Amino acid sequence: MSQTDFDLVVIGGGPGGYVAALRAAQLGLSTAVVEATHLGGICLNWGCIPTKALLRASEINHLLHDLDGYGFKADAVSFDFKKIVARSRAVSKQLSSGVSHLLKKAKVPVFEGFGKLDGVAANGRRKVLVSKKSGTPQTLTAKNVILATGARARILPGLEPDGQFIWSYREALVPEEMPKSLLVIGSGAIGTEFASFYRNMGAAVTLVEVAPRILPVEDEEISAIAHKEFEKQGIKIFTNAKIGTPKKGADSVSITVEAGGKTETITVDKIISAVGIVGNVENIGLEGTKIKVDRTHVVTDELCRTGEAGVYAIGDLAGAPWLAHKASHEAVMCVEAIAGKHVHPIDVTKIPGCTYCRPQIASVGYTEARAKEAGYKVRVGKFPLLANGKALAMGEPAGLIKTVFDDATGELLGAHMIGAEVTEMIQGYVIARTGELTEAELSETIFPHPTISESMHEAVLAAYGGALHF
Amino acid sequence: MATEILMPALSPTMTEGKLARWIKKEGDVVTSGDVLAEIETDKATMEVEAIEDGVLGRILIAEGTEGVPVNTPIAILVAEGEAVPAAGAATLAAPAVTAGQNGPAVAPQAAAPAPIAPTPAAAKAATGARIVASPLARRIARQKGLDLATITGSGPNGRIVKRDVENAQPAARAEATASPASVSTPPSAGGSRLVPHTTMRKVIARRLTDSKANVPHFYVSVDVELDALMALRAQLNALADGEGEEGVKLSVNDMLIKASAVALKKVPTVNAYFTEEGMLLHEDADISIAVSLDEGLITPIIRKADSKSLREISLEAKSLISRARSGKLKPEEFQGGTFSVSNMGMYGVKDFAAIVNPPQAAILAIAAGRKQPVVSGNEIKIATVMTVTLSVDHRAVDGATAAQWLNAFRTAVQSPLSLVL
Repeated sequence: MSQTDFDLVVIGGGPGGYVAALRAAQLGLSTAVVEATHLGGICLNWGCIPTKALLRASEINHLLHDLDGYGFKADAVSFDFKKIVARSRAVSKQLSSGVSHLLKKAKVPVFEGFGKLDGVAANGRRKVLVSKKSGTPQTLTAKNVILATGARARILPGLEPDGQFIWSYREALVPEEMPKSLLVIGSGAIGTEFASFYRNMGAAVTLVEVAPRILPVEDEEISAIAHKEFEKQGIKIFTNAKIGTPKKGADSVSITVEAGGKTETITVDKIISAVGIVGNVENIGLEGTKIKVDRTHVVTDELCRTGEAGVYAIGDLAGAPWLAHKASHEAVMCVEAIAGKHVHPIDVTKIPGCTYCRPQIASVGYTEARAKEAGYKVRVGKFPLLANGKALAMGEPAGLIKTVFDDATGELLGAHMIGAEVTEMIQGYVIARTGELTEAELSETIFPHPTISESMHEAVLAAYGGALHF
Repeated sequence: MATEILMPALSPTMTEGKLARWIKKEGDVVTSGDVLAEIETDKATMEVEAIEDGVLGRILIAEGTEGVPVNTPIAILVAEGEAVPAAGAATLAAPAVTAGQNGPAVAPQAAAPAPIAPTPAAAKAATGARIVASPLARRIARQKGLDLATITGSGPNGRIVKRDVENAQPAARAEATASPASVSTPPSAGGSRLVPHTTMRKVIARRLTDSKANVPHFYVSVDVELDALMALRAQLNALADGEGEEGVKLSVNDMLIKASAVALKKVPTVNAYFTEEGMLLHEDADISIAVSLDEGLITPIIRKADSKSLREISLEAKSLISRARSGKLKPEEFQGGTFSVSNMGMYGVKDFAAIVNPPQAAILAIAAGRKQPVVSGNEIKIATVMTVTLSVDHRAVDGATAAQWLNAFRTAVQSPLSLVL
């Protein structure tokens, strides 16, 4: 009989859960993971990773249709859509089996099944019931349980995914064939990335946002540049928009979009609904416990503790921001706290966010507007990629780097970037913010030439009146 | 641009001091190098100089305020014609500053908030350990006048980060809250008056109480004939007369300092500190000389007196004593020392015993030299004799060693050629 009692049982094997298990194993805790579908969770299987594989394909497609500017000529460029989707799935599969291997190496057993809290055993240990697809449920016991069950797409009434006309991210990731036209509802990171992917693959794309601007969590200026760039690429955008109920035809679906005092009926092959997520709080045994749920997310304190001693919640289940790296960081923090280490609560203003549309968007910390709301007297620096040699050489002149400093202390309050490769560069500002560097250290840092990252330096200098190349 | 003038640290271990006097007034034009104020600490007075030109816009700490933490803003320097920033600015609203503006009688409302842990402060300051702090935390601390050594870091490996300094207030010390009203009422009749203690008086009271309470003293006295030493002194001074302005007039005291150093080299176990870990034996004889002042006393140090000539010792002693009397000694000039000499010969005293100056192991009390009959062989002759008393920390030095030291001292004085060799 294999082991069923552990120091820690983690329910959910996504970037929160499996990282928690790996860290716990490193710290010498006996640990098990319960996973209902695939290791790696949404991130590896239905989110971050497969979308990046698709977006890469769409960038290649874009380049192949933009060869003339680089002096190339190619006739009859075409693609095999099934292959593109298959490649995306293969990448996910490779990583998921990688997680399986890591857990095996760390001697963390994985119980395949649906895990739920099941009260407390006579010896005071928490019980976790694992229901399998077939066979009798199994009970595990543990001193500590981490809930890391993640989240799923929010479904608006009338926009339930039907596999034919209406897609959530899941269907949008594994299309049978390339749609000719789509309408994307919601311009957060998920909606924007799908809009960018399908547009760059050649589909006619409409992006609809209920808020006054697309990418509403980003800095206003960044949203405005993204809006202009997307329109340049041919994406039709509606902001402040209200949508009606979709009318499904034989081969297409129609929906009304009310914006700017006008109502338009748009007919497309597919509608992608990307209007946020809801936490997977159902059937995990929260009923009758002291664990509180607020709008589909488990309520925790800053160290991920729930209302029940020994039960923790991390990642998407525990609330915004819904990012894999936030889940992983919480996982490490939570496990280290369980192991008795001194930990630091997460500061959300130090969590970067990335959107892999074209051009890319990345940010950390306060936007200019939010910094002002918070009472800071700000110093803002901006540097357009048009003035950056590497960006021009790469043929990627669209974009802006923007920094927001606290005038009183020189603290880097936030940084906002749009342009080529910015998702790979934002970490520089995240380090600065986490290490509490001020404008002085950033100004004194020598950035390599020629790189797009030089613009990050210039955007710091610009905040203090001294950009050299603009 | 308005600049805050901060309470300076006169030594690496200084955490607070008394703002003794403002030399400049609000509205005075100052140029770089001008003396703005005088700061009193432990035993020294130091001048605060302007490092920029400008106008002394506002004095934030009234003169006479005690226990002003290092790095507290004490005044604002502005450019000529520039408006003085409101005192309500966040960085100036700290309690210690409030106390200063309204006089020391106002009790700071936020005494010692939790983030200020005094223990690491003392430890860090004493050891001079590296303070690990983020650049942002350093800047905010500077702006708020916080001493980072008084703050406990909550970041990785105890790094001081923004959140640690954000809510911290400049340390408000109990002394700053003590008001005349809180002192016990003096007797009503007889015209008694209360003279508030100077910083020096407090230090003397504390250190000597500590010494008498904690150091097990014993005393050994011996009579020493001074005639040979005085004869040598007369010869040396006669030589010095021929050197014109270069000439240095030696005092008996200079020679007794040297004699003490010679004796310390002969009996080096007296040149020691008793510590919990073990006996700290010193190579150099750094001799503290007690100098009396109107308001107390101070002990400037002749370093390496064993390896200095009488001329060097004399020159140095004159400079130290004159600067001690004008309150201009630098902290390193009176902190440390391995042995003390207290000479009350000029007051004609017959003998006296001094209190050991911790952590030193011994202090030599020198009384007046007087002509008196002494028996030499079977004859009575007249000699100049002084009584010296060695007060000793018995933890460090035993009676026999103390006697050996006194004999070595007596030999050096009575056969004084060793002082010039």
